[in-house]
Amino acid sequence: MSLSSPSLPNKTGSGGFSPVTAVKKSSLRDRTFSRTLDKVYIGILFAASLTILAIVFGLLLQLAYSSRDTIHVFGFNFFTKDEWNPNTDVYAARPFIMATLYSSLIALLISVPISLGTAIFLSELCPKWLRTPLSFLVELLAAVPSVVYGLWAIFIMIPFVVKYIETPISTASMKIPVLHVGPHAHIELLHRRIFLGDLPIFDKAANGTDMLAAGLILAIMITPYITAVSRDILRAIPRSVREGSYALGSTKWEAIKLVVLPFARAGITGGVILGLGRALGETMAVTMVCGNGMGPFKWDLFNQCSTMASVIANDLGDASGLHISALIEIGLVLFLVTMIVNAGARLLIFFTAKDIQGGGK
Amino acid sequence: MSSSIQSSNNSLRLRPRQIQNRQLYSGFILALTLVATIITVGALLFVLGYLLFKGVRSLDLNVITKGPAPMGMNGGGLRNGIIGTMIMLAIASTIGIPVGILGGIYQIEAKGKFVWIVRFFTDVLNGIPSVVIGLFIFIVVVGPTHQFSALAGGLALGILMIPTVMKTTEEILRLVPNALREASLGLGASRWRTMSSVILPAAKNGIITGIMLAVARVAGETAPLLYTAFGNTLFSIKLNKPIDALPLDIFTMATSPYASDNRLALAGAIILIGLIFFLSILTRFTTGRQFVEEK
Repeated sequence: MSLSSPSLPNKTGSGGFSPVTAVKKSSLRDRTFSRTLDKVYIGILFAASLTILAIVFGLLLQLAYSSRDTIHVFGFNFFTKDEWNPNTDVYAARPFIMATLYSSLIALLISVPISLGTAIFLSELCPKWLRTPLSFLVELLAAVPSVVYGLWAIFIMIPFVVKYIETPISTASMKIPVLHVGPHAHIELLHRRIFLGDLPIFDKAANGTDMLAAGLILAIMITPYITAVSRDILRAIPRSVREGSYALGSTKWEAIKLVVLPFARAGITGGVILGLGRALGETMAVTMVCGNGMGPFKWDLFNQCSTMASVIANDLGDASGLHISALIEIGLVLFLVTMIVNAGARLLIFFTAKDIQGGGK
Repeated sequence: MSSSIQSSNNSLRLRPRQIQNRQLYSGFILALTLVATIITVGALLFVLGYLLFKGVRSLDLNVITKGPAPMGMNGGGLRNGIIGTMIMLAIASTIGIPVGILGGIYQIEAKGKFVWIVRFFTDVLNGIPSVVIGLFIFIVVVGPTHQFSALAGGLALGILMIPTVMKTTEEILRLVPNALREASLGLGASRWRTMSSVILPAAKNGIITGIMLAVARVAGETAPLLYTAFGNTLFSIKLNKPIDALPLDIFTMATSPYASDNRLALAGAIILIGLIFFLSILTRFTTGRQFVEEK
């Protein structure tokens, strides 16, 4: 593969780095000593790197081994059934898997336009004196611990959302005209009231800790990630590309839309997927706001739900036997999903960076 | 051929009105990106502003010096959690920092396919949700010993620390001008000598602050501690017993029905964020300037 990065320009092949005749006085023994020392040195570095591989593979194997009971008992039903009941020892993770995907999807829908807009502003429009502080602020937003976001969500976001979004929606009604054929063959136009709270995506009894809250807090949390990655990709695109577009008479937005964004598309997609990976595995903030309902999955935004991560965080303490095994299998699924998602994102970003470098030269 | 040129000439002859429209449209979209930026930055200021506004008022000396008060009573503090977090960070650092630094140096020193594989798996490790790492330690350490422990918590945090330390080390080592390395190698120094006496000293400040930042970030992790360190209402510094941690305190106190607990949660959040932001800013200043001007 040509992927192995040619990062070091000075090719110091093993042993070939000491300029031959310059060191007259140093004895042969000294040089062989330093050569062995170098081998030991590289060996230690290699061992440290192996540790990382060992951790990843160890994790994967251990999770798979420890969840063998549920894999054996429930098989594929684990992903398709709705019941999660520790009392009867029946476990199926569909509600949590769906809730994880749904909340992440909500988060992406809110976050992607905002992140992209911010990234474009930061890389294309922002005056220089403002760029560094703004980028730094965005990075700080990414550094806030998840439990702190959860705390903020509990004290500020949820009361706000309940008061100004959920309650108005659940109590609001719409009049829709209905054609009614009366008993005397009169054709009347009636108005029928539809309560929004009756629609399948808005429950009447909204209390704030629900799917919507989980999606919102996730959106706030992943925005800085997506912004930071997209901005880096946009900044990496050579100036000449934009200048070429201006020279052909395009406006600033046309240059961005027709030239810059197509260049950056794969990389930005990578950034979005990276954000998705974060959202899928996010635990504390979601656990604090999602309501931790254990019922079957509903599309209802105001439904109390549990994601994969939050069900592990909530249940592991008082689980035993098959219950633990089921939770570990959820962990395994979460691990595999986030691994695939992240690997895909990294590859996209990697190849975009390569493309940009190749195209710029 | 000539006709097509003719027609393209015609279409190029835009009326001023059209150009104006395109400019207006461009301005409109660009204004939208400004709005997006305001939303993003506004969210940050909203989160931080609230925490600062409410949190600073609940900060006092008791928060640091006292243990938790009886349930629902006023006047408790986060001492146990702070000390517990420090102990676990110490354990995590002894695992995460050496492996991370050595791994980062390996990225610089070695070549070939394996370097790329290691980097890839570091990214994978970085992307694994922290709750899964906690689950792993729960199975491997807590399960066999039948005991939640500070050691298990520290181990989980240590694993989380490795990718960040490694990335930081690698990035900062790459900032060291190649001329330094070449000069050292040219003088006949071995690779080990070059790294230990030339490159590492040059990158020392950056690496140290970068590591401190990694430690601070790990300090805010809650999910991996839930079932490893577990938390402890009593004061304990024993490594083989459950131990309290600051983020765990924030979690339980934020979800507690008592106002006094909520106040403490805010104070804890302020301490945590303050630490992280201080180190972020420090990292920015120590790494940003050092080599850029020399290039």
